[in-house]
Amino acid sequence: MATYLDFEKPIAELESRVAELRALTQDDESTGLSEEISKLQGRAAQLLAETYGGLNPWQKTTVARHPDRPHCLDYIDQLIERFTPLAGDRYFAEDAAIMGGIGTFRGRPVVVIGHEKGHDTETRIKHNFGMARPEGYRKAVRLMDMADRFAMPVVTLVDTAGAYPGVGAEERGQAEAIARSTDRCLSLGVPMVAVVIGEGGSGGAIAIASANRILMLEHAVYTVASPEAAASILWRDSTRAIDAATSMKITAQDLYELGVIDEIVAEPVGGAHRDKEGAVRRAGDAIAKALAAFDKMSPDEVRKQRHERFLNIGRSL
Amino acid sequence: MNWINNVVRPKIRSLLTTRREPPDDFWKKCPGCGQMSDRRTLEESQLVFPCCGHHDRMSADQRLKHIFDGASYTRIPVPAVPVDPLKFRDGRRYTDRLKDSKASTGLDDAVLLADGRLGGQAVTVAAQDFRFMGGSLGMAAGEAIITGMLHAVAKGHPFILFAASGGARMQEGILSLMQMPRTTIAVQKLREARLPYIVVLTDPTTGGVTASYAMLGDIQIAEPGALICFAGPRVIQQTIREQLPEGFQRAEYLFAHGMIDMVVHRHKLTETLARIVGILMAGRAKIATAAKSSDPLKHVNGHANGSPVDPKLLGTSARDAETIEVEPVPDEDRFVTQSKKGAGAKPPTKGAPNTP
Ligand SMILES: [Zn+2]
Repeated sequence: MATYLDFEKPIAELESRVAELRALTQDDESTGLSEEISKLQGRAAQLLAETYGGLNPWQKTTVARHPDRPHCLDYIDQLIERFTPLAGDRYFAEDAAIMGGIGTFRGRPVVVIGHEKGHDTETRIKHNFGMARPEGYRKAVRLMDMADRFAMPVVTLVDTAGAYPGVGAEERGQAEAIARSTDRCLSLGVPMVAVVIGEGGSGGAIAIASANRILMLEHAVYTVASPEAAASILWRDSTRAIDAATSMKITAQDLYELGVIDEIVAEPVGGAHRDKEGAVRRAGDAIAKALAAFDKMSPDEVRKQRHERFLNIGRSL
Repeated sequence: MNWINNVVRPKIRSLLTTRREPPDDFWKKCPGCGQMSDRRTLEESQLVFPCCGHHDRMSADQRLKHIFDGASYTRIPVPAVPVDPLKFRDGRRYTDRLKDSKASTGLDDAVLLADGRLGGQAVTVAAQDFRFMGGSLGMAAGEAIITGMLHAVAKGHPFILFAASGGARMQEGILSLMQMPRTTIAVQKLREARLPYIVVLTDPTTGGVTASYAMLGDIQIAEPGALICFAGPRVIQQTIREQLPEGFQRAEYLFAHGMIDMVVHRHKLTETLARIVGILMAGRAKIATAAKSSDPLKHVNGHANGSPVDPKLLGTSARDAETIEVEPVPDEDRFVTQSKKGAGAKPPTKGAPNTP
């Protein structure tokens, strides 16, 4: 049973009409309804394409958070061969909000790090809804150390509402952990490609997104603070999230214009959740292309490119 | 009783006020204990309340005045940045908010930079001003921090930061977030040049500022009672819906949890900073003379005592050690320990994968 978003209501109605008619005609092919069905199907497909071609920032936020959207582990399953998950920060705990490990991507040994949100109640709790604690970022640092040591490119999959705001997280240095992780991204001598696959939320995202190339899925969002948090800061009213989303420039298209991201990865019509496999494959192609650009660069050149990339942001607006 | 409250007290109050005629802002109520102090006493005590020692927030120019020898310093100009690239309005135009903040503070944005002497030693200082839109980190503040750090590198100065910020500047959206990696790159430049980077966390330092350059100092100092955090207490309370621990996210709490090196009273701050700068710069001078030949500051492999390993032999990893301070022990030392002692030492890589 598909989960429909609010703005998908007209699409949902058409699709359920199609389903009803199909059920009716199942026994009898001579009802003359097949023409009607294909007409409705065509209209539904057109409406889907149109709707998704013109999503507003808030609608994109809901798509980016869609429960059926492919998550970090879906990407890893499909793209990484011989994936070997690695765990723990070696100081305090394992934090499954950030998953990571080694494997090969299209023949290339890589380190993969990403936020995992989970897909049902049990896994959502296990992965803390993709909201990492300091241990997650410290694990990321450890894996990046290893990437550098063994000359493996780093691929990160960004999908978090933000770092977890809790007493324990603060007590154990959430801010410092994020700062060190960003720091480590920026000092890597191996190429790093980050893909914002769903929500890129604030410092919790940048900690593993300070990469040479930043790709973003067509309907992903990337924000300085979640629309709810921004609304609560700006208006002391988190119910004004739609206003915040609208004014903050959070879509892939806006961020491309601002020079914050390098490439938009087109999603299948109707969003990544309608064709997970297709969405992940397209992201994989984009990652491969991005990594290839650094094949002949020395560690110093790779680092320099990354530094210049970030220092140039905003300088030519 | 009512008569006393309603008639006598106002009369006494009005007598007192008419007689003394102090200006409206002559007295300041201590946010710590509620007692009143007069402004002149406060100025003389660097805004530390005499009643309970509460450290009041300081403006950026007050900071600069107090930190440098003889209150003398040279301001470093900060490059202009695009104004309001998102054309943001949150009920009011962002450009109007900026105009107001500029008028009320006399600042261009939230960060001031200056060169001067501290205990006789040349230093570059950045001071963040909480009055300017909550000291928030936008493009201007980010560019100022970067400029200050690169200036320090060019001059060979230690860099001292007085952090004070509510975090990211929402009105600049993602461009505000991008200041986190941007400023971090500048911190790496200081580190590569082996120049001391000392952070003084003042009340409050939160959000994206804490989660980037303000937590990456060689030495982290905080002023007493300062709120220092990533997520603010309000946000956490909303999430967990529990009473927060006593003193949570205050300087002393961070000290107790190993997050900062020291909590220093404002009256001791100049002396402490001068001492730290003196010691670290003396150490730096020593390596510079020891390895005079081949650009010592670049090729000592990230550790003051140098490394016996030729960086070229290790490919990327040795070069990286230059800019990283993640772990106190260099990898090559760990290899040695391991081969000497066998099992027991922490191996540099973890073999056993855990398949879920
Ligand atoms: Zn007091």
